Amino acid sequence: MAEKITIEVARYSPERDTEPHFQSYQVPVHKEWVVLDALNYIKDTQDGTLTYRWSCRMGICGSCGMMVNGEPKLTCATFLSTYSNVGAKIRVEPLRYFPIVRDLVTELGDFLAKLKKAKPWLIRKQEMPLSQGEYLQKPEQLDQYKQFSMCINCTLCYAACPVVGLDPVFIGPAALALAQRYNLDSRDEGAAERTAQLAHPDGVWGCTFVGECTRVCPKHVDPAGAIQQYKLASVVAWLKSFVMPRGHES
Amino acid sequence: MPAGNAGTVKSAPQYTKYHPRWYRPRVSVYWWLGEWHYLKFILRELSSVFVAICVVETLLLIRALSNGVEAYASFVHTLRNPLVVLLNIISLFFVVFHSVTWFNLAPSAMPVRMGGKRVPDVLVAAPSYGAWLMISAFIAWVVLQ
Amino acid sequence: MNGNRSKEETKPSSEAFFWVLFSAGGVVAALLIPIHLLLLLLAIPLGWVQPPSYDHLMSLLHMPLVRLYLFVLCALPLFHWAHRFRFTLYDGLKVKHLNEIIFVICYGGAVVGTLAAAYLLWRVP
Repeated sequence: MAEKITIEVARYSPERDTEPHFQSYQVPVHKEWVVLDALNYIKDTQDGTLTYRWSCRMGICGSCGMMVNGEPKLTCATFLSTYSNVGAKIRVEPLRYFPIVRDLVTELGDFLAKLKKAKPWLIRKQEMPLSQGEYLQKPEQLDQYKQFSMCINCTLCYAACPVVGLDPVFIGPAALALAQRYNLDSRDEGAAERTAQLAHPDGVWGCTFVGECTRVCPKHVDPAGAIQQYKLASVVAWLKSFVMPRGHES
Repeated sequence: MPAGNAGTVKSAPQYTKYHPRWYRPRVSVYWWLGEWHYLKFILRELSSVFVAICVVETLLLIRALSNGVEAYASFVHTLRNPLVVLLNIISLFFVVFHSVTWFNLAPSAMPVRMGGKRVPDVLVAAPSYGAWLMISAFIAWVVLQ
Repeated sequence: MNGNRSKEETKPSSEAFFWVLFSAGGVVAALLIPIHLLLLLLAIPLGWVQPPSYDHLMSLLHMPLVRLYLFVLCALPLFHWAHRFRFTLYDGLKVKHLNEIIFVICYGGAVVGTLAAAYLLWRVP
């Protein structure tokens, strides 16, 4: 393992720059260091102006997503030792397909609006009265949607999905997986209500099953699988809309 | 970030009022050449073109058969042309690529659960491969009898 | 809860229909196209196998079931191509703004091919 490694970081300051440029730093390689440690080292000892998001440093908050050598990664989960052959460089850029606010910080307002379109809350036609107690759910019912509930909103899937980059209106993997998470929840009765925004050319039908989202997801949510299941469910909903044109809330 | 008081906010070229100008990278039309995974995806999608080419050739074959022995013989002769052979070999690669990627990805849309647990996609795809083999063998038997 | 939402807004998109065609075509193409290509367009012309006689092929072609099979073999994969190629043009060449023309060319092409298949199979002597 080399003693030092070069980190090339994308810098962009709206006050000075019209477009991003790269700045190189030398960082010592410790066996257990991750890219986030390297960025913190740079900020602490070399360049305090470096700007980036991070929080839990253990892969659960979803804040530290960045492009590392062209791949969307959580920088708190990406070890320097993976890249530290002699002469190796690590290129760190902000996540692809998002507007850049500054340095490695991306603008997430659009993403959050798309999440909201999935109506990520339990929708009930009729709320049960408190006296009836909790909604009970068997382990098999939990298993139906549990994988899709593991999303930490890190937006790595949005950085991986070419359709997100090509079509800014496309709702995107995380939002669709989230909608499917609620559709599959036995306590939820809102599948029909989500259909409007999501069984739509900019929703589920914009997806061409590239599969990159599933490949890069750090929590193994498999959004691509969720979307394909949602497509099948949308077909059923579409067929039902002919059989029951009025009052097709099922 | 200074909010409110519009009179004292300097409107420098890179600033819009209340927030700095974000940089919006453009996605190049060559995005799919930038990464092997993207290229593999586009090749997978383009396999549909070779499927269509095979359908067109099949229709030409049916027409030739309908037109008589000489027409069929002449069509077979065309199929022996090196350029056509090359096209068909490339097509064969792409249609097999389509089949393999299709069988591997189809289980994602229809997760199979047995005994409350999810059956791994590999096991769900296996019967498709078996069916593919058996159907192909049957068709070969019917045609080559 | 639906409030004043119009029926148009809550109706699922008709994209579902084209996706079903695409899927059906994809299954047919995956299972059947490779062997047809290998056998009829490569192995027989190039002599890798003992070629069947013209009479044998015609006797197969005469069977209505075989012609129906060939119709499905040709029609569905064409719609599979139409859907997939349409989206490849949107994404690969970034021409989504031409979506009406692309839609007509792709599905129109599939319809033309399907009609051609129907005609050719109908007129088998």
